[in-house]
Amino acid sequence: MDTPGSAEQMQDDEPKDIAERPKWDNKVQYLLTCIGFAVGLGNVWRFPYLCQTYGGGAFLIPYAIALVFEGLPLLHMELAIGQRLRMGSIGVWNSISPYMGGLGVASLAVSFLVGLFYNMILAWILWYFFHSFQSPLPWRDCPINLNHTGYVSECEKGSAVNYFWYRETLNITPNIETSGSFQWWLVLCLATAWCLVYICFIRGIETIGKAIYVTVTFPYLVLTIFLIRSLTLPGATDGLIYLFTPDWETLKNPDVWLDASTQIFFSLSLAFGGLIAFSSYNVQKNDCERDALIVGLVNSFTSIYASIPIFAILGFKANENFNKCRNWNILRLTNSFNIGDENITLENYDDWFNYFNNTDPSEVESLNLKTCNLQTFLDESASGTGLAFIVFTEAVIHMPGSQVWAVLFFIMLFSLGLSSMFGNLEGVLTPLLDLNIIPAWIPKEVFTGLICLTSFTVALIFTLGSGNYWLGIFNNYVGSMPLLIIAFFEIISVVYIYGINRFNDDIEWMTGRRPNIFWQATWRFISPLMLLVVFVAYVVVEAEKRPTYNAWNPDYVNFPLADVQHYPEWVYTICVLLSVLPIVSIPLVAFYRFMGFLKKYIMNRNNPNPYQNE
Amino acid sequence: MEDVVFLLLCVSSAAAQLCAPDASNGYKVRLSILAALGDEAYLWNDSEMFLFRAALAFAMRTADGQNYDVSNVLVCDETPRVSFWFVVTSPLNPTQLVERRQVEEAVRKSRNRINSAFLLTDKTLEFLGIPPTLAAPAPPSPPPWLIVFGVVMGAAGAGIVLVLVTSVMQKRRKKKEEQTGIDEVEEESRAEENGTASDGVYNLSFSDNDRLTQM
Repeated sequence: MDTPGSAEQMQDDEPKDIAERPKWDNKVQYLLTCIGFAVGLGNVWRFPYLCQTYGGGAFLIPYAIALVFEGLPLLHMELAIGQRLRMGSIGVWNSISPYMGGLGVASLAVSFLVGLFYNMILAWILWYFFHSFQSPLPWRDCPINLNHTGYVSECEKGSAVNYFWYRETLNITPNIETSGSFQWWLVLCLATAWCLVYICFIRGIETIGKAIYVTVTFPYLVLTIFLIRSLTLPGATDGLIYLFTPDWETLKNPDVWLDASTQIFFSLSLAFGGLIAFSSYNVQKNDCERDALIVGLVNSFTSIYASIPIFAILGFKANENFNKCRNWNILRLTNSFNIGDENITLENYDDWFNYFNNTDPSEVESLNLKTCNLQTFLDESASGTGLAFIVFTEAVIHMPGSQVWAVLFFIMLFSLGLSSMFGNLEGVLTPLLDLNIIPAWIPKEVFTGLICLTSFTVALIFTLGSGNYWLGIFNNYVGSMPLLIIAFFEIISVVYIYGINRFNDDIEWMTGRRPNIFWQATWRFISPLMLLVVFVAYVVVEAEKRPTYNAWNPDYVNFPLADVQHYPEWVYTICVLLSVLPIVSIPLVAFYRFMGFLKKYIMNRNNPNPYQNE
Repeated sequence: MEDVVFLLLCVSSAAAQLCAPDASNGYKVRLSILAALGDEAYLWNDSEMFLFRAALAFAMRTADGQNYDVSNVLVCDETPRVSFWFVVTSPLNPTQLVERRQVEEAVRKSRNRINSAFLLTDKTLEFLGIPPTLAAPAPPSPPPWLIVFGVVMGAAGAGIVLVLVTSVMQKRRKKKEEQTGIDEVEEESRAEENGTASDGVYNLSFSDNDRLTQM
């Protein structure tokens, strides 16, 4: 069995390694790249939603616990082994144990699949970015129908923002079985996204290292600008109070703990192999413990920092809709009772309403006045693409200088997503380079170009009419369960197969001090246990219900409410395949190696070689 | 004198019968002056009403060609909202009302002029039952998003070409350096192969300079 030599042996091989292996220009580059990989779209559009759904400030408690006992240990471990063994995910796990080589393959598969749909989201962001240079913004008004008598009915029943997203951007089909055709505008945007990714990725970390100076720092700048602007908007405080008011009751709900654990896990981009790849380009004598703490804490800080302007702006939007609702009521009363316009204001509305209700209740009843409740509007939050492309775009319309805010917002989202894409692609490129499967005469630029081209071609399925539904499937089934399994096997491999004592020695050699009792406890027991519990809970929760998805169906009876549909059988099979195929390599490789070992053992038994000393 | 008064009464009662709320050939008009103009709002009085009737007569003239007069536009049921009903009588026969559809056509045609006379818009000067003709969508030539797309894609393409070209040039330069480097190393190794040159002083007279000396 080929196990890596001791630290001293590796030291002899070092000069050769350093000459061949690319490395970071400086420590800042490395840290920024790891932070950029961890900080992604989820920090902006998933964490604030979870925070608001699960009782505001109270959610920070399970989140912090998950970070400390699950996120940081796994992060520290990945950075340490990558830095120590100086190889991508496949090489690392092959070195630790040939039986666990499948882990690397699984990480590579997941990184590739996630990179496919992640860049489609970037393509959508680019589409909105391209459209932000118009006045008025195209998602503000409904388009006029053919005979100029009114607005397009699908738009009137829904809303202009919804129409722009579902019809003019996605041109979505009513269900996932109807594939529709390739939407040429989305193909163009996807091509642009891949070209932009390719420029930064073209020479691996040499070019990525230059790009991240911009892509990682720019979002913080934009978030700060948004923070200042949003806090001056009316209704901002309503949104912030709504976000942060702790509801301690939610802590009793197990879903909170499950979601906090999965959120911290996916937020730190663990088990993709990208972090291992990045740290493998480090010098070996580097303090990986401090790096892990920095990356983990910055990631969480960014989530909380991003949720402030997001919710201030959502509060502003809820306020606008609330006032619109009340003004509609005022207009109805004014027109119906023919009193002077502007006599009823928001302040004296109640007095007038009571007066009319007492004098002419039947008339008031016939008006069908709406009940306007600020809480209902605040509850209209969303996560994911719904937050960015529907809720936020609607808020931006009401802000003065909409184009500027829209452009800034979409550039920020693009930068966040781009830096995460680097991690995904490095998780694919570095193991392939380490396997030495590409002949030396193919330059790295061509190889990265091939990766981008292949990904672009496969990702064309997301440009179909039903593309959004497929993206939801990929997001739910590839980007969740396989990662949990991979992470669990990762930590078991390092702690129990590689040996925790050897690992402690390595870290002591690299950083100069032995990992303290906290890391020992979490690596050995707490983190694997937590991962196992989270995984089992996740499977139980998901397996309970037959999976459904929200379809946008204009012919639906309750349109514009989502038409909740079940996945057809063939689609469900694909979902299961997507979850299983990446991780099937773990047992397969172990089995293959075991077969090889058995063969050798049997051969040695039958034909003993007298020259062998063993 | 009494005859005149009697005649006036008759006419006004006739007018009152012609114009009534929910009249079949009439339209309700609603103005929201305060909402539209805020501080610069004007007061609604008889002169403004006169202007409205004149504007409507103008609209009818433009559409019909007949000589409508202010007296042909009858107004009733004014409210503090500033809303009222109006009907239009034919100039040839003051007791006959003009058809609803004709009035609608006339208003539609001159809607812009009527709006501007009052500094109002389609939303603040409403003719209930006459929906405003929505503005035709702007011709999309070329759509602005394609322009931005072209700029970004062009920059991306130029960037890719630039990086590829610089990497090719870098490789060529490195190869040239390596070539000269190899030659130097070969020269050195050949010189050392001549014996234990590493121990003592390098004797130039024994160096292999066949390369330089042409025979």
